[in-house]
Amino acid sequence: MTGPHRISLNVNGQIQTCEVDARMTLADCLREKLDLTGTHLGCEHGVCGACTVIVDGAAVRSCLMFAVQAADADITTVEGLADGDALSPLQQAFHDNFALQCGFCTPGFLTTAEAFLSENPSPTRAEIQSAISGNICRCTGYVSIIDAILDAAARRRGETPT
Amino acid sequence: MKPPKFDYYAPDDIDSAIALIGELGEDARFLAGGQSLVPMLNFRVAAPSALIDLNRIAALRGIRTDDGGNLHIGAMTRTREIETDPVIAAANPLLHAAAPHIAHVQIRNRGTIGGSLAHADPAAELPGIVLANDAQIHVQGPGGARIVAANGFFDGVFSTALGEDELITEIVFPAWPAGRCWGFQEVSRREGDFAMVGIAAWFDTGNDGCISAARVAAIGAGDTPLRLYASESALTGRVPGALLFADAARAGIGDLQPGDDIHASAEYRREVGGVLIERVLAEAWGRAA
Repeated sequence: MTGPHRISLNVNGQIQTCEVDARMTLADCLREKLDLTGTHLGCEHGVCGACTVIVDGAAVRSCLMFAVQAADADITTVEGLADGDALSPLQQAFHDNFALQCGFCTPGFLTTAEAFLSENPSPTRAEIQSAISGNICRCTGYVSIIDAILDAAARRRGETPT
Repeated sequence: MKPPKFDYYAPDDIDSAIALIGELGEDARFLAGGQSLVPMLNFRVAAPSALIDLNRIAALRGIRTDDGGNLHIGAMTRTREIETDPVIAAANPLLHAAAPHIAHVQIRNRGTIGGSLAHADPAAELPGIVLANDAQIHVQGPGGARIVAANGFFDGVFSTALGEDELITEIVFPAWPAGRCWGFQEVSRREGDFAMVGIAAWFDTGNDGCISAARVAAIGAGDTPLRLYASESALTGRVPGALLFADAARAGIGDLQPGDDIHASAEYRREVGGVLIERVLAEAWGRAA
């Protein structure tokens, strides 16, 4: 099949239809076709984790997947985490724990952590460290990110106010 | 867009995928999890005329054991499933233990066992694990289906016995006997990086307390994953223990064929490889207690 492919994706709860070349990565599709520029592209070869999105419940690199492969999938990007103007417990925990500085890597950390906490609601520091090992941050030194994810886990369990 | 242009096909069944590769010719490539091929496309190191995406072929996925206790894993089964599936934890603890070492969770969520074997990175975990297990790799192409033993599958760096027009359908791991002692360890600079060197090993002991069979395999220590035959023969017929493991490690170092690269020198890999052999065998023996 040559030429553009017409696909529909369920992005952040909304069905979106667009035309893509087979070679368009999911990351480029989200940013360029759907104007969801919260997904950031760092290395574009699967090393940095900035482009992480959640596809059918699993955190994946959107630079290593073609948009056409995501046809009919449920996708959550960083734009889908907040409830309107209210930050999600995870986002609020990042804010409160100073878990970002320049913010470039943050969408990837948030989506990675969101998928991780859905699978593991009560993680240890070591488990969090392992879970974010595929995401690179050049500002924070990671400690505040681990603090934030631990904090978010507690908030999601209703143990501390969000 | 970084990848070069290609035509795209996403067949639903194996026969259609094979018919397509027959029609499209040798410039077409199969696309498995894409965690190695897509970076190569993004770098334009690879520029296939067409991609035949195997992700929609349900028959290529799944994990089961047969009546003989052999473990069957569909080629498109994702690494993350291998890491988390309770069937695998029981049917092949060595494979289960190696899975979390494979890249990062986002990669394991897409990467597949068949893709890793076909890509044949010499530092990758799964090629070493299938080698240590005497697994059988089932492949299929326009010429029919055939079975290749893991021990003849890896030809060189990124090179296998797989024909250009063949795909892997299934990997079969022989039944895992109760009481088998096993270990897996690797050394990498950071979690999720390719191993600078890694060792997978197991041994069985007989009623006389001696080792009746042993396998020691290395990754990141040559152009392919390697069986360390000298370690295996040093172990076989002997009573397990720290001195024996040290002997087996000294013997096994001679079978390592590491190269220099930016991550580590050959000398360092050989040194660490020897240490890992000894540690992995001790780890294995620790499980007998």
